[in-house]
Amino acid sequence: MEFNPSAFVENLRYMGLGMLGIFIVIGVIILSVVVLNKVTAPKLQKKDEE
Amino acid sequence: MQILYENIIGLDIRQVIMWIIGGILIFLAIKKEMEPTLLLPIGFGAILVNLPITGGVEALTTLYNAGIANELFPLILFIGIGAMIDFGPLLTNPKLMIFGAAAQFGIFFTLCAASMFFGIDDAASIAIIGAADGPTSIVVAQKLQSQYVGAIMVAAYSYMALVPIIQPPIIKLLTTKKERMIRMPYEPKSVSKTTKILFPIVITVIAGLVAPESVALVGFLTFGNLIRECGVLDSLSETAQKVLANLITIFLGITIATQMRYDQFLAKETLLILGLGLVAFIFDTAGGVLFAKFLNLFMKKKVNPMIGAAGISAFPMAGRIVHKMGLKEDPQNFLLMHSMGVNVSGQIASVIAGGLILGFFL
Repeated sequence: MEFNPSAFVENLRYMGLGMLGIFIVIGVIILSVVVLNKVTAPKLQKKDEE
Repeated sequence: MQILYENIIGLDIRQVIMWIIGGILIFLAIKKEMEPTLLLPIGFGAILVNLPITGGVEALTTLYNAGIANELFPLILFIGIGAMIDFGPLLTNPKLMIFGAAAQFGIFFTLCAASMFFGIDDAASIAIIGAADGPTSIVVAQKLQSQYVGAIMVAAYSYMALVPIIQPPIIKLLTTKKERMIRMPYEPKSVSKTTKILFPIVITVIAGLVAPESVALVGFLTFGNLIRECGVLDSLSETAQKVLANLITIFLGITIATQMRYDQFLAKETLLILGLGLVAFIFDTAGGVLFAKFLNLFMKKKVNPMIGAAGISAFPMAGRIVHKMGLKEDPQNFLLMHSMGVNVSGQIASVIAGGLILGFFL
């Protein structure tokens, strides 16, 4: 096991890519849920009225 | 007669140390009730595999090859976990998912930190301790063929149990009393059954398209959730939540212990892995809280930054901790629905993070 401090900086790109990736995926999921809620909401209101 | 004493003569002091470690895990499970479903079998298994000339290892090795080496047990366990999760609070306010994303920061920070000491595959396997999710940690460590699976598992499950001790000091350090008192009134909205059914399907497709390595984990989690939400498979849902989850947990815990042989476990790398695991949990908490504070700079309706800490995937503990801390500061501030929504989103985000880690390094 060797101590290689420069590896921290070398691997920062994975931190950037990883966090960006998670935010993008979660962002797409959030948008999908917003769309789902909007699409199914009117049907829910109609059923409530009945 | 020789058979009665040859094991005693062949005893290595390191095996005795592993018995003590196993005993400590059992003590923590029973007396302190820290993740007893995992720590007790792991503790007992650690004793079992560290007996000299033990016959127990063969049976456990068979189980290990049948269910852990091929990642089968953690994936099946995810069916049970998916069946237990109610995504309702999250679906009423999907924007909360962003905090689940932020709270995975500790994984990637620890990846950088661990890479200073370990090769990149081992560093990535250690980093995934920050997912605060046992099955994800096992799957990633196995796929990356890490040689430290035992230490990673013990660290992951121990720190999940220690979340009530780890998180509050970090949250208090990063927030002011005024911030901790920010109220977040809960406006209940109904979510249609159609949305609850489509949600697991939609996120499986999304994960499959953008993070394909996460499909196994996401898919089994969402399959369990779909069984729960469809409304026509109540007996399967109950089986998944109780019998299946408990059965797999029994095998998982005791089988993980095969990686805790004294010659593998008692190394300086194990201590370092335990330290890095703690770093992962600390920076997960910090990432979620600081992101919430950052968003508050731009939002008129402020969020209580503590809910960022609930984005760690230790479900439901992290959500409850944030709620309790909120009540302590202001007995009228009920953060539970928000914190549980964020906590549940952390489950999804941690699996996505695991998929991304596999995508980078497989």
